[in-house]
Amino acid sequence: MPVAATVNGQAVAFESETDTPLLWALREELGLTGAKFGCGVSACGACTIHVDGRTVRSCVFPVSQAAGKTITTIEGLKSNEGELHPVQQAWIEAQVPQCGYCQSGQIMAAVDLIARLGKPTPAQIDEAMTNICRCGTYPRIRAAILRATDQAAE
Amino acid sequence: MKIKRRYFLLGAVAVAGAGVFGVKWADGDAQRRAMATTIGDGEAGFTPWLKIASDDVVTIYSPTIDFGQGSHTALAQMAAEELDADWTKVRVEQAPALPGFANAAIIQGFANEAGGLGDKIPKSLLSLVARSMPMQLTGGSSSIRYVGQILMRKTGAAARYVLLEEAAAQLNAPVSELTTADNIVTHAASGRSLRYGEIAAAAAERSLPNTPTLKEPAAYRLIGQPVARLDIPSKVDGSAQYGIDVSLPGMRVATIMMAPVREGRLESVDEQPALAVPGVEKVVQQDDAVIVVARGYWQALKGLRSLSPRFSDAGHAALNSPAIYEAQDQLREAGNATNSAGSGDVDVHFDAPDAQIVEAQYRVPFVHHAMMEPFAMTAHHQDGKLEIWVGMQDPLSVRKIAAEAAGLSPDDVTVHPLIMGGGFGRRFPQSCQIIAQSARLAMECPWPVKLIWSREEEVRHGAYRCQSSAHLKAAIGADGAIAAWRTDYVQRDNAEMECPFNYAVPATSRRHFTYTTNQDDGPLRSVNSTQMGFYNESFIDELAHAAGQDPYAFRRAHLADGSRHQRVLDELARRSGWQSTPAPGVGRGMALVESFGTIVGQVVEASVDEGGQPHVHKVTAVVDCGSVVNPLNAEAQIQGGIIMSLSIALGEEITLENGAVVQSNFGDYPILKLADTPPLIDVHFLQSDAAMGGLGEPGVPPAAPALANAIFAATGKRIRTLPIRDQARALEA
Ligand code: FES
Ligand code: FES
Repeated sequence: MPVAATVNGQAVAFESETDTPLLWALREELGLTGAKFGCGVSACGACTIHVDGRTVRSCVFPVSQAAGKTITTIEGLKSNEGELHPVQQAWIEAQVPQCGYCQSGQIMAAVDLIARLGKPTPAQIDEAMTNICRCGTYPRIRAAILRATDQAAE
Repeated sequence: MKIKRRYFLLGAVAVAGAGVFGVKWADGDAQRRAMATTIGDGEAGFTPWLKIASDDVVTIYSPTIDFGQGSHTALAQMAAEELDADWTKVRVEQAPALPGFANAAIIQGFANEAGGLGDKIPKSLLSLVARSMPMQLTGGSSSIRYVGQILMRKTGAAARYVLLEEAAAQLNAPVSELTTADNIVTHAASGRSLRYGEIAAAAAERSLPNTPTLKEPAAYRLIGQPVARLDIPSKVDGSAQYGIDVSLPGMRVATIMMAPVREGRLESVDEQPALAVPGVEKVVQQDDAVIVVARGYWQALKGLRSLSPRFSDAGHAALNSPAIYEAQDQLREAGNATNSAGSGDVDVHFDAPDAQIVEAQYRVPFVHHAMMEPFAMTAHHQDGKLEIWVGMQDPLSVRKIAAEAAGLSPDDVTVHPLIMGGGFGRRFPQSCQIIAQSARLAMECPWPVKLIWSREEEVRHGAYRCQSSAHLKAAIGADGAIAAWRTDYVQRDNAEMECPFNYAVPATSRRHFTYTTNQDDGPLRSVNSTQMGFYNESFIDELAHAAGQDPYAFRRAHLADGSRHQRVLDELARRSGWQSTPAPGVGRGMALVESFGTIVGQVVEASVDEGGQPHVHKVTAVVDCGSVVNPLNAEAQIQGGIIMSLSIALGEEITLENGAVVQSNFGDYPILKLADTPPLIDVHFLQSDAAMGGLGEPGVPPAAPALANAIFAATGKRIRTLPIRDQARALEA
């Protein structure tokens, strides 16, 4: 039985079997490939999306739990006019991405962090930003979050 | 579209390479075919790597791959610099996987660097070339210094030359009265000007000069500028398409389980349980693996997990990591080195009555690349033709390997190169099992099939940085200086070509003992310089303490006065505040390593807490890579290298048990996270006249020994085996 949800503002009905991780339903059913597969066991954060505004690691979040939920992926962060989200803008200004593979997840995690805390402290950033970046972009992720929240870098 | 004789520019480069290596490079035909694939209506191709459209858009085709190092942007900067292009009109694309775009510049670069080679090609050099060719393109550190310096700048300068000639003809003015800037040729005397787009088609008909004059650094407008990377916008909105993102009509998705013991074979598997899983369409058995094909990844994975395949262990069942170290020790103690290098007679100094002898043994484990994007490759076989979509370091080799696996001619294989979620040396095709797996799989399927490796397969079937060990011995003379230094190291590959020993020591000896396992030792970011840097820079720290000297002063005394190395070291001491007293409990450690033509010195500040957890507080790096094309990107490369190195030193280790890899995912193969990354990683570049060095790799080697030396300074305990993780508990000061 299809699972109804809202994805990036659109009503959708997932046909995937209900134990399918939302990551694969988004990628393979809806063609939203911005959320990435990194580990499949909730250890890396490459698959981070928002469910009802909060970060979820979609590789371990079954479609069944998405019923009736509002889901946002990196593709849905832009405004209706196509303008980048301020966090995305800060990511460009700080020239964060290297290979870029982890960055959808990093940005989604940062958007949630800022939505919750406004101006996170360095300690709060350390605590919240647990996604892996093998390219080692962490210094610029820190800088971009500070920039997005109008805080001077140390 | 008309194309005439404008192929000899690269021809000249190619011949130089061929002269040294006896390799024949792309001929005019190959380049013509290559250009036919990229030049459209209203566009003029000057070489396969540069075209200008009538609307002034300049497109650069990069023959090397960018997997995140920003090399595409830097290469475009270099071509655009010489072309005097309008940067806002410059685009960069990956060159298609065709021989006409091939990368002779890299081979020539290495040949020049090696200098004075006869017509005999040393195997070790060829393998170094091969290994570095795909990687670091910014990283392997060849793309900017070779492709950029040799190919891109000449291409840009040659195109500008013929644009000027054409403008002179059309404006009826001598070239000497013309100037170029931002895609426009101007004749100031008459006030007239022409856009590149207007004259490109005619200019491209002219013969390109063989040795166009290149700009002096003082005239640079783009090189050396912190230009924003061209690929970044697509990496913040999710639109960048990686190998794993490919989707084709009718495509199926597959996943794989390989023999847990490398070189093992699939003996038997009952396919029925997988075929009973909804969505599973096919089970394919290969020599050493079983593959499940389904409508989607999750279904394929469920199908795979339902199987109980039997694999052989190929006789490796007794292979265990501790036993590897023991076997390496025995091999070294037996004393039959495979390769020897050095100068002077170390034994004379070791036997001298007043010599202070210091010895130490170091060990480093297998290390996994852990690129964030697991392997994924899509292949489709139809009517004898194979089409491939994949992100790999060297698309031409992909084509060859896939053709061989599929039993086709390379001409019948088309490779669509896609961007890569990291590589660090792992995406060198010769070590990428997935190419043959995917090509063979496609031959058995009526649909396009995307094969995705799970993270578990990725971790267990890597081309790891080798498990290696070394015994170092030195004699310190009565004058407090090192009189003799010997490094005996055991691993598969000879590292002599890669790791210059920069300290002035009267007698040195480096002996390589060849030791192989069932693993496919692969190049990992900075290749052998990771472990050799750890050995040398840990040991010189031990020698400094044995001699009762400050590690900075001791290193300095063994570097040539006025050398680049000494300059880096001095600047490092100054920037890091080496002479000041660190915070209580914090130790400072230093290391200096040259790799890929770049000298990097680092100082790490670290402490060990009461629970035995090491903490890195600050890293200072000073880099001499000659000159820097893009400082923003250069900083990111060095920082990324440092973080990867700290991660490896602190916690990363692949171990073998009964011939199979123990680790399986990020839970037992931990990668450094943001919270553990030092708040401050200060990177400084020193300009020098030296040839341009690499940037992707050289940041890596110094961080591990600098950290171990810092822990010694903080706790008095010496780390001689990596990773530090499990030993740190015993270390609290
Ligand atoms: S893929 Fe979901 S956390 Fe790694
Ligand atoms: S940018 Fe490559 S993994 Fe983060």
